[in-house]
Amino acid sequence: MNNFFNKSDLTRQDADKIVSETLNNCDDGELYLEESKSESILLDDNKIKSSNYSSDLGFGLRAISDEVVAYSYSNEISKDSLKNSSENLKSTLKSIKGTYNHEIPKSNKKFYEDINPIEQKTLDSKLEVLNKVNDFLRKKDGSVKQVTASFAGEQKSIEIIRSGGEALTDIRPLIRFNVSVMLEKNGRKETGVYGIGGRQSYDDYLKNDNWKNVCEEAFRIASVNLESKPAPAGEMKVVLGPGWPAILIHEAIGHGLEGDFNRKKTSAFHDLMGEKVASEGVTIVDDGTIDNRRGSLTIDDEGTPTERTVLIENGILKNFMQDRHNARLMNTRSTGSGRRENYRHIVLPRMRNTMMLSGNQTQDEMIKSVDKGIFAVSFGGGQVDITSGKFVFNCTEAYEINNGKIGSPIKGATLIGDGPSILKEVSMVGNDMMLDPGIGTCGKAGQGVPVGVAQPSILIDKMTVGGTKL
Amino acid sequence: MVKDQEFLKSKASYCLDLAKKMGATDASVTVGHSISETVNFRNKSLEASDRSDGLALSIETYSGKRRSSISSSNLLDENIKTLIEKCFETTKITPEDEFNSLPDKNLLAKHISSLNLYDETRFENDKKIKYLKDLEESASTDSQIINTESSFTENKSNFILANSDGFCDGYKTSSFAASCVTVAKDENSMERDYEFSSKRHLSDIKQAIDLGNKAAKQTIRKLSPKKIGSEKISIIFDKRISKGMLSAFASAISASAIARGTSFLKDKIDQQVFANSINVIDKPDIIKGMGSQNFDSEGVNSNTLQLIENGILKNYLVDTYNGKKLNLKSNGRSGGTTNLYFEKGNISYEDLMKKNSRSLYITETIGHGSNLVTGDYSVGATGFLVEDGEFKYPVNEITIAGNFKDMFKNIILANDLEFEYSVNSPTMMIEGMTVAGK
Repeated sequence: MNNFFNKSDLTRQDADKIVSETLNNCDDGELYLEESKSESILLDDNKIKSSNYSSDLGFGLRAISDEVVAYSYSNEISKDSLKNSSENLKSTLKSIKGTYNHEIPKSNKKFYEDINPIEQKTLDSKLEVLNKVNDFLRKKDGSVKQVTASFAGEQKSIEIIRSGGEALTDIRPLIRFNVSVMLEKNGRKETGVYGIGGRQSYDDYLKNDNWKNVCEEAFRIASVNLESKPAPAGEMKVVLGPGWPAILIHEAIGHGLEGDFNRKKTSAFHDLMGEKVASEGVTIVDDGTIDNRRGSLTIDDEGTPTERTVLIENGILKNFMQDRHNARLMNTRSTGSGRRENYRHIVLPRMRNTMMLSGNQTQDEMIKSVDKGIFAVSFGGGQVDITSGKFVFNCTEAYEINNGKIGSPIKGATLIGDGPSILKEVSMVGNDMMLDPGIGTCGKAGQGVPVGVAQPSILIDKMTVGGTKL
Repeated sequence: MVKDQEFLKSKASYCLDLAKKMGATDASVTVGHSISETVNFRNKSLEASDRSDGLALSIETYSGKRRSSISSSNLLDENIKTLIEKCFETTKITPEDEFNSLPDKNLLAKHISSLNLYDETRFENDKKIKYLKDLEESASTDSQIINTESSFTENKSNFILANSDGFCDGYKTSSFAASCVTVAKDENSMERDYEFSSKRHLSDIKQAIDLGNKAAKQTIRKLSPKKIGSEKISIIFDKRISKGMLSAFASAISASAIARGTSFLKDKIDQQVFANSINVIDKPDIIKGMGSQNFDSEGVNSNTLQLIENGILKNYLVDTYNGKKLNLKSNGRSGGTTNLYFEKGNISYEDLMKKNSRSLYITETIGHGSNLVTGDYSVGATGFLVEDGEFKYPVNEITIAGNFKDMFKNIILANDLEFEYSVNSPTMMIEGMTVAGK
């Protein structure tokens, strides 16, 4: 348990008093206290390039009345500093009166342990793994010209104090291990990247020399790309592999179903509740409750326990993802989706682990059914324009499909589609749902938060592939 | 009030002294303080206010050629002591790297000239509210506009950079930024667009009414877009997109990408990489410039650099570490470019628009489709079909693709360069790119 109140002149009684006083005439709000410890260790170009440790401590005080959110943060936890923030909020909200909602659901379930992953593995043994990665890849093949490997670990402790003194706490570990390799052959250079991670200790992910598998996968992707041909341009059928390609779901559908955009009616989905937005057989959930996953949270950043929220059930739009503020204004309940990057940022409704559930077809059937199209296995980032609904994502491993057979690998190309209609183009849903390896970070309004995705193989009947070959 | 130089200097020297006392052979430290206030509006009423007050400290300690770093927002002496201890413990077991060192003493900045980067004017929240009201009024005059969101941010910062070679300097900067996002709707579509203005001095910020009008106009003209077929076509990049080409170029010539061999521009010094009419300059001493600086993030003096001269690559962006690797002196670009721009071309915007009977004008791209290792480029795009110099209809759900190596050699620039941001480009045409659509 973190004690935020032994570090300065601010006592818990003071904090309770200031919070209650500030939020007295407001609809909602809280004091959010956060301490994070993080490290990153990077091997690059045959050397340990950097080892950085950072510690961050601060609070954010939030008051909400009607539609107005007032927020003030500081990294100085003291009585004066909290009082300043309180005055600042009161002056913004002086003319608006609300009634504080004390209700917040409770749960005893926890989805990860209270560990500090940084301290569970010595620096020496982390350096040793990174050096092994470098030697392993460079010895593996003469075409390996550059190797980058990194550890990133974090422990974040939070405490939420609500008006009336109710306090909610959470301790969140998070790690990530990443390998990137560049190959050069016949004057061509290509990179392959792979990583793993989640909310357990480094060694939970690295046991049985699992780092070798990460290296092999990065090497395999780069090797495939060395043989790649220019990608085709135009509309065609696309088969997506299972797991990480579900960032398509995240971009195309996920963001458009976040509560804020729908309350403001700026999402292409805002008037589609209860309507058919996907083919039959398509079910999508956003789940914060899977043990140790990167996108899982015991409680969200407003203190609400997370849940498994059904977004689309058998093609029908069922729910949006909500934080307390948007839920209140839309007369519904929070789905435990209120998140923030850290105490410097306001809470927004965000995704956790977004998953399309399995159907009953096989990937083989999908490939066989395609005369001309592409098979996309791995992706870099994606992006969406919430309002027009148009989204993109970038292939990092993809192949041509000709007459029902997988052909040559193709160069990285952007795929573009229309969020509200793309899921109606899904004509087959595979039986092979897979979670991603635990590497996703979602950006919204300048805030990055860790997320997960999952899906089975799917066949999309029509999508535009942004290659160069006409 | 933002903390003064004396406070920051005392923290910096406390850190340096402590590091030295623990046995560090060298050390460098940056201490900064920043205060921001933002007011957000939506549909002509107050939506949020946000105040932030943040201290930041980062320290690097050296033990010979070993180095590690820490950063923290907690500036209490007791905490700093614990962190520096931890940092130096880590330094001692981090492997040696022959290229690790503080910058060469003779390259450090000596004379700090005023670039007028700080405006102490305080724009009270009530004034921000008035500005945003005017802005949103002007943005919502057309009934097709169904949502407006705007914000005004005021920021004041101060910092000190100090190292154990005696460098110790820093200065205050300010920024004021207003932005507006509008959503328009018709029977076929819903579209979003934006406009913003960001300046060092309050008096240089665009008029609220102009900003709102422009955002609305740019959004409404996007309504009822069409998807076009896949083809090769000349592409005209609006200024807000063409400057992105410069940013991609800058990433590809960073000494780090060159030293690691992960850039398509490696070994291209003194070779033709752009069309021979193209000049690219990075100028750190523009008065009130958004990217202006007296020295880089290591304290190294930065002068104006001609990166591209008549299409030929003349310089990389060099910091101390990667410079030593490449056997080059730092040119004060640790932390990247300063005020980067294409020199203006010699054809007017109108003539560029008419150059081909049919072209595609791009106003927005989405996705992270630039591969700096191979130069491959493929992004989602939104824009307009241009015929005989006129916008015919809006276009979306298409991608544009090519390779920077070819694209750079086919650039034609208009003469409409303006210095608005830290990266600036005139309107740009590139021939021979592929559009993927229907």
